[in-house]
Amino acid sequence: MTATAISLRGLSKHFGQVRAVDELDLDIADGEFFSMLGPSGSGKTTVLRLIAGFEEPTAGTILLGEDDVTRRPPFSRDVNTVFQDYAIFPHMSVVENVEYGLRVKKVGKADRRRRAEEALETVRLASYGARRPHQLSGGQRQRVALARALVNRPKVLLLDEPLGALDLKLRREMQIELKEIQRDVGITFVFVTHDQEEALTMSDRVAVFNEGRIEQLATPVELYEQPASAFVAGFVGTSNLFRGEDARRLVGEDGTFAVRPEKVRLATSAPADTTGLCVAHGVVREVVYLGATTSSVVELDDGPTVTVSHPNTDTSIDAAAERRDQRVVVTWRRDHLVSLGSPTQATSPEEETA
Amino acid sequence: MHQLRRLDDGLDRGEGLTLSIIDRRPGLRVGLLLTPPMLWLGAAYLGALGALLITSLWTQNDFTGNIERVWTLENFKTLFTVEVYRTITVRTIGLAALVTAVDALLAFPIALYMAKIASPRAQRLLVIAVLMPLWASYLVKAYAWRGMFSADGPIEWVLQPFGLNTPGYGMVATTVTLAYLWLPYMILPVYAALERVPDSLFEASADLGAGSVHTLRRVVLPMAFPGFVAGSIFTFSLTMGDYIAVKIVGGTTQLLGNVVYDNQGAANNLPFAAAVATVPIVVMLGYLAAARRTGALESL
Repeated sequence: MTATAISLRGLSKHFGQVRAVDELDLDIADGEFFSMLGPSGSGKTTVLRLIAGFEEPTAGTILLGEDDVTRRPPFSRDVNTVFQDYAIFPHMSVVENVEYGLRVKKVGKADRRRRAEEALETVRLASYGARRPHQLSGGQRQRVALARALVNRPKVLLLDEPLGALDLKLRREMQIELKEIQRDVGITFVFVTHDQEEALTMSDRVAVFNEGRIEQLATPVELYEQPASAFVAGFVGTSNLFRGEDARRLVGEDGTFAVRPEKVRLATSAPADTTGLCVAHGVVREVVYLGATTSSVVELDDGPTVTVSHPNTDTSIDAAAERRDQRVVVTWRRDHLVSLGSPTQATSPEEETA
Repeated sequence: MHQLRRLDDGLDRGEGLTLSIIDRRPGLRVGLLLTPPMLWLGAAYLGALGALLITSLWTQNDFTGNIERVWTLENFKTLFTVEVYRTITVRTIGLAALVTAVDALLAFPIALYMAKIASPRAQRLLVIAVLMPLWASYLVKAYAWRGMFSADGPIEWVLQPFGLNTPGYGMVATTVTLAYLWLPYMILPVYAALERVPDSLFEASADLGAGSVHTLRRVVLPMAFPGFVAGSIFTFSLTMGDYIAVKIVGGTTQLLGNVVYDNQGAANNLPFAAAVATVPIVVMLGYLAAARRTGALESL
């Protein structure tokens, strides 16, 4: 394990009665692309603002490397932030914006101009230095904000939903680009997002936040394949959840189970060999065409509905559409079931392997 | 009841008809909207100013006191060659600049506190507090300051223990009184300019390593600048035209406004009064042109 860039110990932030961040312990490794994922109000942005120094914690400590920065103001912490609204200074040109941090640190004029140009090159805005911010598109402004932060070569770069305001295509491009930039500069990125796809695409590790606490901290693959709670299973991708009576009938065990829609198969009749499979009968209620995939909603005879997702390998979905209101059999492998623990007990690893 | 409803229907239909004619004819709509203000601006405002400028090019018969409608630049020649008028012009411009500077210095911390530090409730109360002096009469406020500066007034009372005296009636009292009178006109535009600045800009500045002084100089002041320009247009032009406050607290001090007033009234030399009155107009036009060049007016 490499050195830690950030350690949070027992970190809490209360706003009046609201516990925005609740006794958080977290270590972020040096050079890691770390994402904090969660719905709005889950505390992820507050954690970022605590690390940046814009908020003072109610309790707990923040270590940057070896330094305790808990009570230090933002300007004496070796972190830089890319803001959600970019916070570009409107009265300065692009290159003046990028130079700002160096100017504050009294870097010589020639040196800071050169470094600013380099930073603009990194974000592919080499010829935009003389422009005014209002002449830039949203995506370009986002890059300026990134260059302005990167030029200071901070230990940690904090990104507060920086892609939220961009359109889908641009967002996908920027996701890949951000990841490349992070690999090039080798700085620790702490990325806040509510978009699960974004978090899965870019991160080395993801912390899923809910109500001021971390629900699960894992790599993207683990997070998707082995969600630790019903909340994570529902928030990261979609899941079919079976609880209580449903779980007993369909899985044959007590507890809460999840299975991903793309791991469920749809057939007209039950397969001959059902070893290691769960089999259920039902009626197709809805067929939804989603471009790359088609989703079918099947109402099972045993009660719950199950969403089945399958790739559109044929050009037409007529076959799928025809299945509407037809009786079908859905199957999924038992080892694709994720146990989320019995509702009375906390999740424990033993149960997952059971 | 039945009749009422029919009346309603009729009204609805009638209203719909008139509105739809206006809707279909954009020219008519623009015309109806713009005619009253254009009449006001064109006839009443620019017309009166035009008449003033024309009058300034006529002359007065010294003997009869009648206006002679002969074109001449005599009034302007007097204005620029006679020492006392030059002094008064320079004094008036200087006072306008001084009052503007004092107001800018006083307004900035107040506006900054209102826009960025005060709670929303305190913010509303402060806006009312700033506007409140505007509800009182100009004369009342000027006379209040006359009392303050009088020989046995509060300023004398406060300064005496330190071996100082009230400055009495003169330029100092005029500056203080005018700065007091026009302060709300400076605070409000600066407050509006600062209020529009997102907090994230201040956070970004701190994030990039800047302390409060640097942030104030490089971010806050430049962002407030359009507000200062807008406010200074008020404070500068209002001071350029003032003649009452200076009468009340200025002692023997004369400003351009007094020259206009005296020539209009006692001397009844309307053409010369008109010529003097063009000076503040020209100065203000120059000031507005300079303000425009800063680009601050676009972001208002």
